[in-house]
Amino acid sequence: MQRRLKIGVLYSRVRVEEKWIFGAMEKRGIDYDRLDDRAISFDLEKPEPWKQYDAVLERSISYNSGLYALRLLNAFGVPTVNTAAVAEVCGDKLMTSAVLARDGVPQPHNVTAFSPEAALEAIETFGYPVVLKPVVGSWGRLLAKINDRDAAEAVLEHKSTLGSVQHSVFYIQEFIEKPGRDIRIIMIGDKVLTGMYRSSEHWITNTARGGSGELCPITPEIEDICLRASKAVGGGLLGVDLVEHPEKGLVVNEINHTMEFHTMQPVSGIDIAGEIVDYVVGIARMKDEL
Amino acid sequence: MSTVACPECAAEVTLADGTEAGEIIVCPDCGVDLEVTSIDPAAVQLAPMEQEDWGE
Repeated sequence: MQRRLKIGVLYSRVRVEEKWIFGAMEKRGIDYDRLDDRAISFDLEKPEPWKQYDAVLERSISYNSGLYALRLLNAFGVPTVNTAAVAEVCGDKLMTSAVLARDGVPQPHNVTAFSPEAALEAIETFGYPVVLKPVVGSWGRLLAKINDRDAAEAVLEHKSTLGSVQHSVFYIQEFIEKPGRDIRIIMIGDKVLTGMYRSSEHWITNTARGGSGELCPITPEIEDICLRASKAVGGGLLGVDLVEHPEKGLVVNEINHTMEFHTMQPVSGIDIAGEIVDYVVGIARMKDEL
Repeated sequence: MSTVACPECAAEVTLADGTEAGEIIVCPDCGVDLEVTSIDPAAVQLAPMEQEDWGE
């Protein structure tokens, strides 16, 4: 008889996704704990309370809390979805770009600089418009589309004066004249689960910024680029954002490791929360078989 | 279904059936984000402000 598994779900807020995940756990009769990342602590000399978990699903809103929790759990030998290594790459746009470049996965043209002067020079060489992005951050926050040198000087000065240390890494990306939409694909392991177009009148198409969703058919091209992107970052449960580049075709814009799917689940009609739970249970069973 | 007072504007806020602890609700009067800290008894507090590293 199989041993009863114990799963942990690490979260910050009970968003609709977490409600669906908890619901899917309960529907399957899974023994699981809700782990509020504001309430937990890790004693490195007492890993036993954590080692009881056969797998932990990380759903923290805070990138730092989630990443450090994953690192500790992995150090204790607890399997996590996703792994700390994957979170480290996906949570940082520059690290994502680096592994995509290493594996030859198409992405927008990027240049990185570490001082406002070098960034300005890089932008001038690039030509306008360009997009400046924080390397860590999400929901389309603090993205700046820069149309001319005056704007570049102003934004660079503001970032270096007002920004945290993260903002002194200047990640410069080509501005893509996309067709008013981008594509969010959900990957579970080696499977492309579903996809959605996210449309907006605004150049930032995140649904967190008011973009709307419509089902996107999974073409062989989409499947191919997503599998390659997933492999490059280390695989797992991923939200791959694609953009239709007018010259390059599909490019990977970013990869999310704790993706939201409140728009995707109703649009696709797929029980994404249930698929996530089944995937986590599969990872937990693998630990059991080792 | 239970009600609580909004800590910001004192309006009466209703917790819908199926609300869970840790969920964020919006005060219908003043629009502030409230975190449900307890279901029984019903309690809310002002939700934490969005941090720079928050996201998906």
